[in-house]
Amino acid sequence: MTDMTDTADVKPLSAPVAFPQDRTCPFQPPTGYDPLREARPLARVTLYDGRAIWLVTGRDLARSLLADSRLSSDRLRPGFPATSPRIVAFRDRRAALLNVDDPEHHTQRRMLVPSFTLKRAAALRPAIQRIVDECIDAMLAKGPPAELVNAFALPVPSMVICELLGVPYADHEFFEEQSRRLLRGRDVDEVRDARDQLDCYLGALIDRKSESSVGDGVLDALVHEQLREGAVDRQEAISLATILLVAGHETTANMISLGTYTLLQHPERLAELRDDPSLWPAAVDELMRMLSIADGLMRQATEDIEVAGTTIRAGEGVVFATSVINRDGEVYAEPDALDWHRPTRHHVAFGFGIHQCLGQNLARAEMEIALRSLFERVPGLRLDIAPDAVRFKPGDTIQGMLDLPVAW
Amino acid sequence: MHIDIDTDVCIGAGQCALSAPAVFTQDDDGFSTLLPGQEDSGDPMVREAARACPVGAIKVSETARP
Repeated sequence: MTDMTDTADVKPLSAPVAFPQDRTCPFQPPTGYDPLREARPLARVTLYDGRAIWLVTGRDLARSLLADSRLSSDRLRPGFPATSPRIVAFRDRRAALLNVDDPEHHTQRRMLVPSFTLKRAAALRPAIQRIVDECIDAMLAKGPPAELVNAFALPVPSMVICELLGVPYADHEFFEEQSRRLLRGRDVDEVRDARDQLDCYLGALIDRKSESSVGDGVLDALVHEQLREGAVDRQEAISLATILLVAGHETTANMISLGTYTLLQHPERLAELRDDPSLWPAAVDELMRMLSIADGLMRQATEDIEVAGTTIRAGEGVVFATSVINRDGEVYAEPDALDWHRPTRHHVAFGFGIHQCLGQNLARAEMEIALRSLFERVPGLRLDIAPDAVRFKPGDTIQGMLDLPVAW
Repeated sequence: MHIDIDTDVCIGAGQCALSAPAVFTQDDDGFSTLLPGQEDSGDPMVREAARACPVGAIKVSETARP
């Protein structure tokens, strides 16, 4: 399965490289990964606890291994690697879809696929546009200045998820507040509390939907098809709803805030998008490639895997550093440049294999509408902070801005 | 080119329909399917669509078209 370009033997690194590391520029891989970018297609890195694992750097090898059923995503497996003690603290249960292997994963995914087709994403566009416009209206009414993460980047995907799941409008504020605490809580206790509140809320919503007529949200479909037919129980339905919230909220919010920052730092590229809005879909995929916000997809080998002249042993950890993979110099010419005229497809920013992002078509629509509308409606948008003073997230989690002060 | 889709493997990512919208679409269940008359398509984007499939559900073979 491995392409010829990826069969070169693993080159030893001169010194062990720590993984993960914090970025120094929010849209570039950590400078500490530079030795990894030379080590193709596979390198050894050291985790916070001193454990050595494999890190995939080559794009073609990444595609082949992400599609390899001998790599498990089940974080409850003994010895499943972790990137920080903070991450270990949340490993008390498996997230639906994300931490589930086939065949169980296949069954879960198939229940949700009809709600995430290209057609459904296209049908949601008017609702996304309305949500985006309302957030921009509110921001313009209150400012300048504004803090873009809280005024725009976080509420847009949260409200889109409400629309998608079929959360009643009256509950939006509660839902948004709890999902914000779940994803950006100060400590483990706050995050656990938010998770319990959302579990409780989603359970009650599922019960309400079971008794009433069918709406057109994902939860309505789950309740009136899978739950009624016994394909899932109430707890599984809650768990599936929760993962849609978690997977679709912080990720999209980070792409919106980080995408805005990146475009403001590339004014000549932004001018090009203003001149020709038909470039937006390609620009979104190129931003996905360049920003690679899910930078560290973790797996564990369930059996020995012979690859690239070496053996990944059963039980060993394998991490996919998407920021390095998506800048593979053998695939992308001038990989550090933001350039949507290149063939942008085939990056692994949405993952690859059975776990490739379920919501990617919706995410593309959201990113395109949010970024395009923001720059069209706020043509004078600028940073209200020195570019090198912005605060962004640490390396062990989804990459993005902590906040983004803007003015216009 | 002859196109075969393994719908048991398909995960409904929609990448084929995104890459080659003149050839592939998604059915109501979200799974990949060919548009009418496209079983032996000559569309240059077909190979791109097969490469974009995250689970390798699309097979393209070089059989001569009738």
